[in-house]
Amino acid sequence: MGENGSMIHARGLVKRFGDLVAVDGIDLDVRPGEAFGFLGPNGAGKSSTMRMIGCVSPVSGGTLRILGKDPASDGPQIRARLGVVPQQDTLDFELTVRENVLIYGRYFGLSRRELKPRIDELLDFVQLTERAGDKVEPLSGGMKRRLTIARSLVNDPDLLLLDEPTTGLDPQARHVVWDRLFRLKQRGKTFVVTTHYMDEAEQLCDRLVVMDHGAIVAEGSPWQLIQRYSTREVVEVRFENERPPNGVFDGAAERVEELPDRVLLYTRDGDATASAVGELGLPPHSTLIRRSTLEDVFLHLTGRTLVD
Amino acid sequence: MDSVLQPLRAYEHWLAQYKRVWRGTIGTSLVNPVLYLTALGVGLGTLVDKTQNPPGGVPYLDFIAPGLLAAAAMQTAATESSWPVMGAIKWTRTYHAMIATPLTERDAFLGHQLFVLTRVLVSAAAYLAIIAAFGTVSSWLGLLVVPVAVLIGTAFSMPIAAIAATLEDERGFVTIFRFLIVPMFLFSGSFFPVEQLPLAFELVAYVTPIWHGVELCRMLTLGDVELVAALGHVAYLLTWTIVGFELARRAYRKRLLG
Repeated sequence: MGENGSMIHARGLVKRFGDLVAVDGIDLDVRPGEAFGFLGPNGAGKSSTMRMIGCVSPVSGGTLRILGKDPASDGPQIRARLGVVPQQDTLDFELTVRENVLIYGRYFGLSRRELKPRIDELLDFVQLTERAGDKVEPLSGGMKRRLTIARSLVNDPDLLLLDEPTTGLDPQARHVVWDRLFRLKQRGKTFVVTTHYMDEAEQLCDRLVVMDHGAIVAEGSPWQLIQRYSTREVVEVRFENERPPNGVFDGAAERVEELPDRVLLYTRDGDATASAVGELGLPPHSTLIRRSTLEDVFLHLTGRTLVD
Repeated sequence: MDSVLQPLRAYEHWLAQYKRVWRGTIGTSLVNPVLYLTALGVGLGTLVDKTQNPPGGVPYLDFIAPGLLAAAAMQTAATESSWPVMGAIKWTRTYHAMIATPLTERDAFLGHQLFVLTRVLVSAAAYLAIIAAFGTVSSWLGLLVVPVAVLIGTAFSMPIAAIAATLEDERGFVTIFRFLIVPMFLFSGSFFPVEQLPLAFELVAYVTPIWHGVELCRMLTLGDVELVAALGHVAYLLTWTIVGFELARRAYRKRLLG
C-alpha cells in the first residue's frame, strides 16, 4: 500500500507515443476495496492508462505508484499481485479450459498441487466447471470472457484490472459477466474498469473518472456526476421530416442539446417540458421522458456522444 | 533464481501445446531423413560414386548425411522462430498474457527459444539415429552433431525471432524463406562442396552460418576433425547466436512494452 493508503497513486501521469500524447497529465487515487472506472470514448487514453497501471507500458512522465511500488523498478513484483483482464482475449485456444488456468497459474510460480483446488473453485465461480475439459476455441464470447476472469483471479490478486470487460458481448452474456464482477466487489476486491458503456460504469463503479483526449474531465460517483453535470430528467424528442429551427426550444428546458437524429431537453420536470414542447405547435414524431444517465454527463462535458 | 525459473514457466506453455501434436512432428522427423537419404544418398549417390572424384573423397551418402542433418536443424529453427513468434505477438497474444504476470518480455522470449531449441534437439537426435542406421557415422564424435545442431539452431532462431518480432505482417517470412533459407539449403555445402560454385557465390557461402554448421557436422560424423577449423566454425555460429539474441531481446522489448 502507498504512503496515503492508495492502491493506485498517480500525479501528472503522462504517456506519449512519439508526438502523440495519449495520456496528458492525470491525477488518480484508487482506495482499497473501491470499484473504480474510467469512462470515455475510444482513443480517450483509458487503455494506455491501464497498460501503465498493469506495468507493461513505461510511464513517459509524472509519478505512478501501484500498491506503493514503482512500476519502473518493481514491475514483476507488482504484477505478481495484479489480476488482468485485457481488452483482447489472450487465451490459448488449443488448450482446454482447465489447462488455460493451470498454465497461467504457473506463470505466477504456483505449484500444480496448490493450483488444482484453486482451479476447481475458480471454474465454479465463473460457471465453467462443465466445460473444464473442453478446448477453448468453440466456447462462446461470454464464456471466453469468464474464463479470462477466472484466469485473472488465479493468484488471488489485490487489484483487478479490467479493460473493456464486456465489449463485444451480447446483452445476456454481459449481464452474466457483470453479476460475477459484482460478486467480486461484494467480497471487497479492489478493481479498476475501463468502459465506453455508461450502463456498465453505472452498474459496477463506486467512483469514476470521465476521460477525453487523454485528460480527466470529471470525477465522482455515477450519481454525483449526473447531479453535477445533468438534470434529473431528459426529454428526447424526434421529428419525422422537418427539423424545427434552432433555438426554438430554448425556453422549454434548462439546457438543450441538438443531435443529428434527436433533440435532448434537460429539465427538472420531464412532463412539464414535454407539454411545453407540445404547445410550440411543432408536433414531434416521438417524445421520450427518461432519467439522466452518464451518457448525458459525457455529452455535456465533451459535446459528443460516447458510442458513435 | 527467478531469471532461470521464469523462462522455464514460459517454456511450460509451449510444452503444454506441443503435447497435443508431438507424435506427428516426431513422425516427420523420422520419415524425412529416410526419404532424403534414400533418394539422394542411395539413388543419386550410386551415380556420383562412379565418378573419378567423389566430393570429400567419401561415398556420397556419407557426404550428404551430415549436411542434411545440419540443414534440417536450420529449417526447424527458422520455421519455429518465425510464424509462431509473430503469432504469439499478434494472433494468439500469448506473450501479452505472459507479461501481464511476473514474467517479463525477456522470460517470454527465452521460454519460447528454449522450446524452439527443444524441437531442434529432438529432431537432430532422430536424424542422427537414422543416418547412423544408414551406416554413415564412422566415429563416436558423431554424437556431438546433436549439440552442434542446437548451436546451428540458435544461430538461426535468434536473428529470425528478432525479425519476426519486428515485422508487421507475415509476408516478410515468405521472402526470408524463398531468398535466404532455401538457397542456403541448396548451395551451402550440404549437397556439393561450395568450391564448385562461381567464386562470388563461394564467398557468399562462407558468410552463411549454415556452411559452418555443415562443415562441423561433416567433420564429426566422418571422424575427421581439424581442431582449429572446428573451433572457428563454433565461434562463427556463436557470433550469430549472440548478436541475434541481443537484437531479439531489444525487438521484443520494443514490440511488447509500448
